[in-house]
Amino acid sequence: MEKPILLDCRNVWKIYGAQASRVHAEHRGNPSAETLRNQGLIGAVRNASVQIRQGEIFVIMGLSGSGKSTLVRCLSRLIEPTGGEILFEGQDLLTMSDKELIEIRRKKMGMVFQHFALLPHLTVLQNAAFPLEIQGMGKAEREARAREVVELVGLKGREDYYPRQLSGGQQQRVGIARSLAVEPDLWFLDEPFSALDPLIRREMQDEFLRLQNLLHKTIVFITHDFDEAIRLADRIAVMKDGEIVQIATPEELILNPATDYVEEFTRHIPRSKVLTLGSVMSPGAVAGEVGGDLQATQRIEDCADQIEASDLPFRVLSEDGTVVGSIGRQVVVDILIGRKVLL
Amino acid sequence: MIRLRQIIQHSAVRFWTILFAVTWLLSQYSWDLYKVLDARWIIKYPAAARLPLESKISSFMQWLVEDASFGLFSFRDLTRFIASLIEGPYDFARDLLIEGFSVGLGNEAVEIAPSLSWIAIIVTLVAMGHYARDWKLAALMGGCFLYLAVFGQWDSAMITLASVLIAVPIGAVGGLMLGIFAYRWVVFEQVIRPVLDLMQTVPVFAYLVPILFLFGFGPVSALVATIIYAMPPMVRVTILALRNVPSEVKDVGVMVGCTKHQLMWKVMVPSAAPMLMVGVNQVIMLSLNMVIIASMIGAGGLGFDVLTALRRLDIGGGIEAGVAIVVMAIALDRLSQAFATRVAADHQLDPDLPLVKRHPWTTTVLVVAIGTFLLARLLPGIQSYPEAATLSTGTFWSDIIRYINVNYFDTFEAVKTAFLSYLLLPVKRFFVGIPWAWGIIVMTMIGWRVGGLGLSVMTGLFTAFIAASGLWDKAMVTVYLCGVSVLIASGIGIPVGILAAQNDRANRVINSLIDTLQTLPSFVYLIPVVMLFRVGDFSAMIAVVLYALAPAVRYAAHGIRNVDPQLIEAGLVSGCTPRQLLWRIKLPMALPELLLGLNQTIMLALSMLVITALVGTRDLGQQVYIALTKADSGLGIVAGLSVAFIAIIADRILSASAKRAKQRLGLTS
Ligand SMILES: Nc1ncnc2c1ncn2[C@@H]1O[C@H](COP(=O)(O)OP(=O)(O)OP(=O)(O)O)[C@@H](O)[C@H]1O
Ligand SMILES: [Mg+2]
Repeated sequence: MEKPILLDCRNVWKIYGAQASRVHAEHRGNPSAETLRNQGLIGAVRNASVQIRQGEIFVIMGLSGSGKSTLVRCLSRLIEPTGGEILFEGQDLLTMSDKELIEIRRKKMGMVFQHFALLPHLTVLQNAAFPLEIQGMGKAEREARAREVVELVGLKGREDYYPRQLSGGQQQRVGIARSLAVEPDLWFLDEPFSALDPLIRREMQDEFLRLQNLLHKTIVFITHDFDEAIRLADRIAVMKDGEIVQIATPEELILNPATDYVEEFTRHIPRSKVLTLGSVMSPGAVAGEVGGDLQATQRIEDCADQIEASDLPFRVLSEDGTVVGSIGRQVVVDILIGRKVLL
Repeated sequence: MIRLRQIIQHSAVRFWTILFAVTWLLSQYSWDLYKVLDARWIIKYPAAARLPLESKISSFMQWLVEDASFGLFSFRDLTRFIASLIEGPYDFARDLLIEGFSVGLGNEAVEIAPSLSWIAIIVTLVAMGHYARDWKLAALMGGCFLYLAVFGQWDSAMITLASVLIAVPIGAVGGLMLGIFAYRWVVFEQVIRPVLDLMQTVPVFAYLVPILFLFGFGPVSALVATIIYAMPPMVRVTILALRNVPSEVKDVGVMVGCTKHQLMWKVMVPSAAPMLMVGVNQVIMLSLNMVIIASMIGAGGLGFDVLTALRRLDIGGGIEAGVAIVVMAIALDRLSQAFATRVAADHQLDPDLPLVKRHPWTTTVLVVAIGTFLLARLLPGIQSYPEAATLSTGTFWSDIIRYINVNYFDTFEAVKTAFLSYLLLPVKRFFVGIPWAWGIIVMTMIGWRVGGLGLSVMTGLFTAFIAASGLWDKAMVTVYLCGVSVLIASGIGIPVGILAAQNDRANRVINSLIDTLQTLPSFVYLIPVVMLFRVGDFSAMIAVVLYALAPAVRYAAHGIRNVDPQLIEAGLVSGCTPRQLLWRIKLPMALPELLLGLNQTIMLALSMLVITALVGTRDLGQQVYIALTKADSGLGIVAGLSVAFIAIIADRILSASAKRAKQRLGLTS
């Protein structure tokens, strides 16, 4: 039941510095970190392989300078990778002609930028209509479509404002509206909310989830904020020094961190926000009285109050309704206060 | 704490002292040396060894104009073609503003339509002022151009304006295109950058000579020179502005699928527009400056009036035209700056309003233009400002100058003599006395000391070029005049700059003063100086000092203001008095900035110095001027290059020093 792969990226490298491609080729497409350092090169992205599936929210996260932006710019071919393969809907993006690439970007890709990148000389409406204008769509038609997306992101009534008259959050809404105007299949967002203050950021995340529920896009989302990542992600890729250290669901990351680095990264995250009942329950059927039934896919955070308030254990049901295990107050309390148990 | 003494290291002091002492001795006794050794080459570069550059260039130009051919067309056809491209629009602008349209030639010319009436032109400018900013600017525009009409400068001013009107679009668009090419192709940028650098240092006069030769005497030559002169800053600004577009904005363009063309014209250029407008403002001001200088090769207009007045020593006329230039410069500068910083109306206009309501100013201007055209049939005063109603300030100015000269002649003369005998002449004797061979050695040594091998080779070769062109004496006069002027300009400018940095109120006054000084075309500075001090080195010096003052003030103020506040706090905590603070902390830390200011001061001084040839200096500028009057391309180019080389040497040495100073102070990252 896996969804089909939309974007397939294999062994992608981006090396900065003199003669980067020669070094890359000489080491059969796999130079070590040490080689790069000795040659004075920067391995901004090293040997990255990811598969983005239709309809998922794929989050790339890592500290500043870990190569997230570079990777995403490679995926959209804003920069030319030093090596590797990128297939979009089965077509090789890297060998594509400029014309084909322009066509794909016009119809199938959208991107939202960290610093909004609005065109200062255009109004909100004109900014949102800009991609359509580039495609050569007529004025009336494109403005009608732009009006729709501007309304979708909640900026109705401000169509004739200029970017400089908007707050940061509003500007980013315009950025989002602009990238949605062409109804892209694949939507890149490079730290779209990190220039915003925490309250607005939260609001924008909700907004983003609301939009995704409406639109069901395939999304590649960059952030350096783990909280943001687990709120939004179906899957997360963790990057460090240009390498992808692990790709997993938020829950797996916490349960089975691939390296110490990932573990360190996830340590301060409240477990209850990530873990589902299915991963912490005691498996097997329960005998005796129970407090009620809960779904295995529910996050602990969402049902903690309920479990805690009851003296009795709860039954955990799988998606088809069969009982797969049980969970009691003790486990939930342990997780909530961060005590290291059984995990 | 950093002390001045620590900065000036001992070995450095020794090097410079010894170098100066030897140079001074050689300069003093070069004549005796020549007599004793009977070696004339010591004081005069041997004629046999002179580079035959002048004649080579002259004959090359001759060949270019007479014989050169590119197969299908000759070089002459090319220049004619360019001339015709410029001439058409220029004639149109001139007809529109002042001459009126006519068909036929000479006596058979028949006027078919008059030019715009003076009222219509003023209303247009007022409208532009209001559109670009507000009523205040509109009033300024109206006032300035009304002044030109009332004080009888209208006709000349319109001719000058027509030249500016043609030169600016060509210069701005040309600069924009070249800048875009340079931005797109790195190779092209590498080719064009040194050319731009050189063009910035070659004195304006030197442009005129070959252009005069190629295009002949007349407004077209003047326009070509103006365009070439005003374009480089636009190229620079364009490259910089395009580079400054945030990379994300560029990425947006790529991601929405722009073609290369769309990316440039729909994303990059509009995003860079505010900065590009700053470039346009520069093009306007430089064009005005050059159009006035180019009156020497037939631009006509206000510059021509000043020039003839200067030649006839017609005090009143010169000042009148000079003031008109100033008025026009200020008006154009403020207007173009307002356009550069103009923000579009915050909300778009309701498209349902009738056309007339949406464009009230365009409508007004049209109505006035047509209205005055019709009314002028009845009342000629509406077409052109009635002669009888003009005021002349000429006699007024003449009287003032006469009054000053009658009553204060002795004072002025005393000041002038004092300056001449205690400063100018001794310095001149020093510089002119330096034997050329030693000069080359000194420049090589200084280059080596300040910037290492590469710089020393360059300074040595450039100096040798000047000597080998047989222009050593003239070059030394240039160096001496420039040196003295820069010294005085810095002596006045740096303290003023320090004052501006430390006192907000003073800053405001000084700033607006400097702003105004900088908008004035260089020609204007000559007028009052000549009126008061007549011709000669002293007059030249004063004009140069006035012209070159601005950067000294600017950079000093900027340098002092940018000293790391933590250092100042450290000084305050350790109990410095304000005086100590200035001398021990602020000035040493601002040294690199002061050196850059000095650099700019020298550049401006050199460019002005060449113009002061008009008031009778006997330096390289005079050579260029002579070349201009004789249309001698070889001499003009060689002398112009010599000035450029002096400028480049000064620039490289000071930049290298500033870099070293920065490193010493730990200011480089
Ligand atoms: N044009 C470039 N030339 C050289 N090095 C570069 C270039 N662009 C990026 N790098 C290097 O590549 C590395 C990854 O940069 P990247 O911008 O992808 O980081 P990031 O994870 O997006 O960081 P941030 O969270 O700060 O945006 C950094 O070490 C950076 O210095
Ligand atoms: Mg980034």
